[in-house]
Amino acid sequence: MAALADMFASTRPRRSARGLSGYLFIAPALALACCLIVLPLVAVLFFSLTDYTLAAVEFSFVGFQNYASAFTEPGLRVALTNTLLYVGVVVPCAVALGLLIALLVHERGRSRRFYEIAFFLPVTGTMVAMAVVWQYLLHGRIGPLNAVLSGLGFERVDFLTDPDAALYAIAAIGIWQLTGFAMVLFLAGLTAIPRDIYEAASVDGADGGFDRFWRITLPLLGPTMLFVTITCSITAFQVFDTVAVLTRGGPMKSTEVLLYTVYLEGFQYFEIGRASALITLFLAFILLFSLLQIFVAERRTFYGG
Amino acid sequence: MRWAPMAKKLLQHGVLCLLLVPVLAPFIWMVSTSLKPAEEIFGAPLRLIPQQLAAAENYGRALFDVPMLSFMLNGLIVVLGILVIQVTVALFAGYALAKLTFRGRDLFFGLVLLALCIPIQVPALPLYLVLAELRLLNTYFALILPFMFSAFAIFLFRQFFKGYPEEVLQAARLDGMTEFEIVLRLILPGARPAIAAFSVFSIVAHWNDLYWPLIAITSMERATPPLGMVLFRDSALSADYGALTAGAVIITVPLLVLFVLAQRQFVRGITMTGLK
Repeated sequence: MAALADMFASTRPRRSARGLSGYLFIAPALALACCLIVLPLVAVLFFSLTDYTLAAVEFSFVGFQNYASAFTEPGLRVALTNTLLYVGVVVPCAVALGLLIALLVHERGRSRRFYEIAFFLPVTGTMVAMAVVWQYLLHGRIGPLNAVLSGLGFERVDFLTDPDAALYAIAAIGIWQLTGFAMVLFLAGLTAIPRDIYEAASVDGADGGFDRFWRITLPLLGPTMLFVTITCSITAFQVFDTVAVLTRGGPMKSTEVLLYTVYLEGFQYFEIGRASALITLFLAFILLFSLLQIFVAERRTFYGG
Repeated sequence: MRWAPMAKKLLQHGVLCLLLVPVLAPFIWMVSTSLKPAEEIFGAPLRLIPQQLAAAENYGRALFDVPMLSFMLNGLIVVLGILVIQVTVALFAGYALAKLTFRGRDLFFGLVLLALCIPIQVPALPLYLVLAELRLLNTYFALILPFMFSAFAIFLFRQFFKGYPEEVLQAARLDGMTEFEIVLRLILPGARPAIAAFSVFSIVAHWNDLYWPLIAITSMERATPPLGMVLFRDSALSADYGALTAGAVIITVPLLVLFVLAQRQFVRGITMTGLK
């Protein structure tokens, strides 16, 4: 039967008809990909080398000047530094908490589904709506968190209006949202660890919970760990909603992050050239992490096989 | 001795519940605040359970002083429009990549993989310029356009269709079915789990998106729920936390219900992206 099928598959008219269907089937996707991704990408790279602004009648090439100013001009450099600081705070916390929760949830029986849903809720919640709630929770005067702080005898903190605190408050919300995401990925990784490895280990005398964790779970989870870190970093790099709703980059630019600056430069001031250079830098970061991810995924399939 | 496993279990539940407090607190506080009258929201003693119910007032203001229902309708139109186009385009492209051989296929797959790594913020600026030039900003079309092509959908469907038995396809071809009929009558019904997983993913992403609506829409009429929330917060009602949180409940709850119902598919979808 299979041989017969093969014979049919290799007869000419059939094959070319199937080839034609192939082109027909990818045509809409290909056309959309060109119009929505490839051409815009080329345009962004082109604009990033110009001083184009929306109001200007003409523009000229300025080479890499826009890129240079992203690193030297204090107003733009602060966006890069803030973004890196945000990622640097959010990712380690979300990964560590996600791992801890995944380990605890993984051992649950009947209650597992409840915990999975509960810890994952922040990922699905509409961030803009939740940001409004956070604004109230973190409010310096009327916020419940400050009521608790002052009740315990601490000083009140104006979380969102204090330049020293605002970025960390935004980061705390980021951790709140990302932890459930990390947990789900870790749970997938934990499920892939075969049970009999633990049994073999207990025969060898690795009995205690911590022993098992350090000697088996953690090493076997290594590739997952790397993968979760990279995926969370890509997500954290895209922080925008909380800043746009809660602080608008303030106070005193302390929460200006990359995408918010792109939004201001591009869509508010119409500085297309400058915005394009910033978005190209953003893309470079994302591509770097994505390449790492592909590399890790390759290694992991090798590992699993 | 028998107490040890029990104690361990209790301890684990204890830690999990302790961690749940900050995770769930905003949700609980959101619902609680949306039920309170203003003097209790701003009043000194903090209570979770409202002394006086002001649900009708708060939800009334959120629904009618602010066009929350119209935001929701816009959100629904945009989310469903995006989903239908994404799935239709990806169904055929995914099948072609998984089961048909033609020259340039690997090149196209390479393009899909590249597109997978490019977030919407990158093409947003040129797309905005073109839409502005064509005077198409402030339309449903503008809201849907950038998301018509979903590399994730194509990738997910390709992986899913790879496992479809070749013999069934060959038998269908021997019966004289065209490739188009195969996709509609064999592949589509079989793809339901993959479509369900992707749908939850896509609906959540686009219902919650703020970046693109903030750019493409300037008027209240076409605002999606997150943009509506921003306009709401910037309006005269900005200090009205009762109505604000009622609005937050109204736009968050449909998604949370959807997520709880489709949790397995959604988590599988997330893990699949993880395993790419």
